[in-house]
Amino acid sequence: MAETAGTFPRPARRLWALAGLLAALSLLFLFWHLRGPTGFILSLRATRLAALILVGAATGMATVLFQTVAANRLLTPGIVGIDALFIFLQTALVATLGGLGYALLPEFGRFLAETALLTLAATALFGLLLRRGAGDVTRMILTGVILGVLLRGLAELAQRMLDPSEFAVVQQAMFASFGSVPTGALWMAAVVLVGAGALAIAMAPALDVAALGRPTARGLGLAHDRLAVAALMLVAAMVAVATALVGPVTFLGLIAAALGRVLAGTYRHAVLLPAAGLSGAAILVAGQFVFERLLGLHSTLAVLVEFFGGLLFLALVLNRRSA
Amino acid sequence: MIEVRSLSYAAGATPILHEVGLDLAPRGITALIGPNGAGKSTLLHCIAGLARPGAGTVRIDGLDPFAVPDRRRARQVALLQQSPTVASRLRVAELVGFGRWPHHAGRPGPEDARVVAEALTAFELDALAARPLDTLSGGQRQRAMVAMAYAQATPWLLLDEPLNALDPRHARDLMARLHDLSRPGPDGRAVVVVLHDINAAALWADRVVAMKDGRVIASAGADEVLRAEILEEVFDTRFEIVPHRGRQLVVTL
Repeated sequence: MAETAGTFPRPARRLWALAGLLAALSLLFLFWHLRGPTGFILSLRATRLAALILVGAATGMATVLFQTVAANRLLTPGIVGIDALFIFLQTALVATLGGLGYALLPEFGRFLAETALLTLAATALFGLLLRRGAGDVTRMILTGVILGVLLRGLAELAQRMLDPSEFAVVQQAMFASFGSVPTGALWMAAVVLVGAGALAIAMAPALDVAALGRPTARGLGLAHDRLAVAALMLVAAMVAVATALVGPVTFLGLIAAALGRVLAGTYRHAVLLPAAGLSGAAILVAGQFVFERLLGLHSTLAVLVEFFGGLLFLALVLNRRSA
Repeated sequence: MIEVRSLSYAAGATPILHEVGLDLAPRGITALIGPNGAGKSTLLHCIAGLARPGAGTVRIDGLDPFAVPDRRRARQVALLQQSPTVASRLRVAELVGFGRWPHHAGRPGPEDARVVAEALTAFELDALAARPLDTLSGGQRQRAMVAMAYAQATPWLLLDEPLNALDPRHARDLMARLHDLSRPGPDGRAVVVVLHDINAAALWADRVVAMKDGRVIASAGADEVLRAEILEEVFDTRFEIVPHRGRQLVVTL
């Protein structure tokens, strides 16, 4: 394959261009209008930048993995209810501890507990529902959607019983926020996400075969079901860590994966995964830069990502129907 | 030799194959014919080790396809399935290259490139090598899928309705190519092919297996199976066999 690919466009160049764009955006994010105590501001911005890059890259790569295993490019891992579980957890914590108690929780401890719980929930969902083989992906997704609706319903019910100040605390947690990220959590997230990303890229040749569909892939001698379970475990870890770090960004993965596919211009996961990761990171860094520095607005990037992600989802559905 | 013994398979509570027993010769073309729902595709999947039977055994040249590692199995038998999905942006040469996966597991070498080039030429795909699959016609895509199975370089090539979507010229060319491939020689393959065109079976197959309701009704040389009384029993309709240039032409009445 490598030999015949020589006559085709070179996706690796596009990958380097994307990496260059992200580097330029990162420099802009760090050094734009740098005034006052430079060291302190730079450290603050660097922490935020690291969170943006990690979450964007992990979400983009996790979405490509999920789409390959599910053989559906309209899906994001968020659809199986991980986001809903996160919101339910926040609501339950505020309802139990009160707004002040919630705010006083140690950030790192909360991050660890939430990561563990979200990973456990996703692993249980993927693992239990795939016992009959990866052919059960559709059943897993449907169960995840139903569980998500149930958790959202329960969270909304609990939110109605909160007083307005406590509800405001929950509302803030319902959208991803890159404003304050605990440094300890960031280091741990970096280790998990970089490790999971490296494992995903190591699986790239097998994922290329898996993208042919389960029957063809099995016919070619790929242990498809084992690969699917391994890929979904990586998805669970990446999405859980990213969500616990900043909150839910359901549609970011969809935008990053779609953009990554267009920019990569290839089916090869060795290029697709980094392209989706770089796209996700670039979207978040560029978006946060525009909102934070140019427009002077805060904490609205996630809303905009969801808005455009929703529109893209509709466009993909309509495009598929007309195809 | 493929040996199928007392093979039964059920999809849930619905039985598909009943106690199938069959020997397939290691050279030539064997055509599987029968009405829709006869169990032809399921039988191919069981032989290829992709559908585990409820009872019975399969041996491919002595190898149990369910007891060996997946890649080892895929080096012994290739199966072209009906209507396989393909990733968009995948080009013809890349798809054919996937046929080499059981041999290189993601690290292709010069031998893999040589076999891919040979497969492209064998199925007249050189001019289409760089074309994305989603820009091809159904027939062109089908030829690319057959070339991928060919590139697997297995002693056994199982093809489930490979003539689907092919025009008469390409259908004829494909069968002629399979016929050449299946002749004895160092690169000779045994081809087992599901056909709905009985005349294609009459023209190209060395042996024919006729199936109905999950059972083998007849398995013998093409001239022995393609007789009006057997075809009428299998398809529940009337046929007339007309001699034509030394072969049999099957006419549905």
